[in-house]
Amino acid sequence: MIGSVLRRLIGILPLVVLLALVTFAMLKLAPGGPFDAERSIPPEIARQLEAKFHLDEPFLTQFWAYLSGLADGSLPSMKRPGLTVGELIRTSFPVSLTLGLLAMAFALLTGVLAGIIGALRQNTIWDYGTMSLALIGISVPNFVLGPVLVLIFALGLGWFPPARWEGLSTMVLPAITLGAAYAAYIARLTRAGMLEVIRSDFVRTAHAKGLSERQVVMRHAMKGGLLPVVTFLGPAMARIITGTVVIEKIFQVPGLGYYFVQSALDRDYSMVLGVVTFYAAILMVMNLLVDIAYTYLDPRVELT
Amino acid sequence: MSEVVQGTSLWQDAWRRWRRHKVSVGSAVVLTIIVLFCAFGPQLVSLIWGWTYEQQNIALGPSAPSLSHPFGTDVLGRDLMVRTMHGGRVSLLVAFVATSVSLVVGVTYGAISGYVGGRVDSFMMRFVDVLMSTPYLLLVIVLMAVIPPNNVSFFGLDGSFVLMFGALGLVSWLVLARIVRGQVLSLKQKEFVEAAHAIGVKPRTILFRHIVPNTLGPVIVYSSLTIPSVMLSEAFLSFLGLGIREPQASWGTLVNDGSNAMVVYPWLLVFPGLTMALTLFCLNFLGDGLRDALDPNARKS
Repeated sequence: MIGSVLRRLIGILPLVVLLALVTFAMLKLAPGGPFDAERSIPPEIARQLEAKFHLDEPFLTQFWAYLSGLADGSLPSMKRPGLTVGELIRTSFPVSLTLGLLAMAFALLTGVLAGIIGALRQNTIWDYGTMSLALIGISVPNFVLGPVLVLIFALGLGWFPPARWEGLSTMVLPAITLGAAYAAYIARLTRAGMLEVIRSDFVRTAHAKGLSERQVVMRHAMKGGLLPVVTFLGPAMARIITGTVVIEKIFQVPGLGYYFVQSALDRDYSMVLGVVTFYAAILMVMNLLVDIAYTYLDPRVELT
Repeated sequence: MSEVVQGTSLWQDAWRRWRRHKVSVGSAVVLTIIVLFCAFGPQLVSLIWGWTYEQQNIALGPSAPSLSHPFGTDVLGRDLMVRTMHGGRVSLLVAFVATSVSLVVGVTYGAISGYVGGRVDSFMMRFVDVLMSTPYLLLVIVLMAVIPPNNVSFFGLDGSFVLMFGALGLVSWLVLARIVRGQVLSLKQKEFVEAAHAIGVKPRTILFRHIVPNTLGPVIVYSSLTIPSVMLSEAFLSFLGLGIREPQASWGTLVNDGSNAMVVYPWLLVFPGLTMALTLFCLNFLGDGLRDALDPNARKS
């Protein structure tokens, strides 16, 4: 077990570097550079800037300079003078992470609950109600849902502030907006998984030995019924990470996603490369964690 | 007296099952209406009222829905209904073309991987695993941000379309490749494949003439669910200002404009947002129904 975890962890490193290389190549091949401003820069200054950011060196040397700068956090941002990529990530990532985790918590809580209700009360009004709601949740894009929630709960009823990121009350709407679609998916997956499990022999045995329905569900059925949800968590984390980009724009949250899009548009090579590398690493570690969780829930599965 | 037993083919069976799925049939009807609305609406509107999607009327400005502008007008006085129709054309076009790209790539890749098997198969599937664990949407964002769309043109289409087709198509083939591979793995053991081998059919013909058509059910089901997700990605990129550009419009850009002005001019958000949500809703329901009809084993209930 520990051996395979280590092997997977070591396997992540070359992948992240490869991804960084692809991103870097993409940035370099695209026409235009970070310092093509409307205002033309005197050639000496342009040369100095290029030297400072290694732009005058051969491709691989440049790439290496960026990569090592990323590793020790000293790579300077091209468009935000005085800031390093490391500092930007350090200050803005916790914001995105909080948003993502809150959204995930919301999605898991409501999704699993709705899914269990749907499965236990199959083909009743409860089932149809929660599943219709889930389909609506999947179909309404979060950038439509966000503004609508703001319109109703912030501007109409005044329960929550419409934007910014200062304290818990400002986090409610962004987290719900981001989590809604995942709550819907999780509800459907939970329902399907639970329906399969509650018909199996071990659940019948649990019923037969006189456990209450609550105990059967909580102690026996849920473990197997939630397997599809756990598999979904890996890709969901990936999509929540990219999803924060939009949410941060709607609610003016100063998170990493917001800076990322800005930097991509500004051609801030160092920032873009930094964020992509950072996210890729996080994502792959997440996937590994999901796989580990899976082996605990289903002992038949082995970590490869 | 002889009674002829009429067998039902797979497709007849599926058709019968699908028709029983009332919500799915209803969704197909609504979708057809939406597609017709977007496809022929602009001509009708220009015949009746004379508006086009890029025709401005600054003096009019943003006006609430009325008889002459059923969805109202935007900040530049452009008729929102025509813009919603036009945006629908763009969104639907991107969704269909990108899904087709993913279909071609995914089916070919998965079929080859499953049919060849062995080392090649495990290498090809490992590659898919790796791609799946990358934050590809971030790469798409980078791609869309750094390439100026004016440099690309394709059959007279705006460059931002072509980029969108490619970028979204090339990231959504992964799951399809896996599904097709799984199907091919089991199909290649079947007797009819053995028979084809025995009479000396070339492997390539066996694969694409005999095996691939048999994977059609799951492929159709999965593609019908890819369309809404591609549409969502397109809108996501356009919402960030990285997709379709002015004066073109897609549902994503319209919702973006609407959400910026929603406090004062709520109709700018409501109409494109509702149209888009309704379309996605129907596409998802249609996909669900198709899955129940074509792939009964995948049904979990």
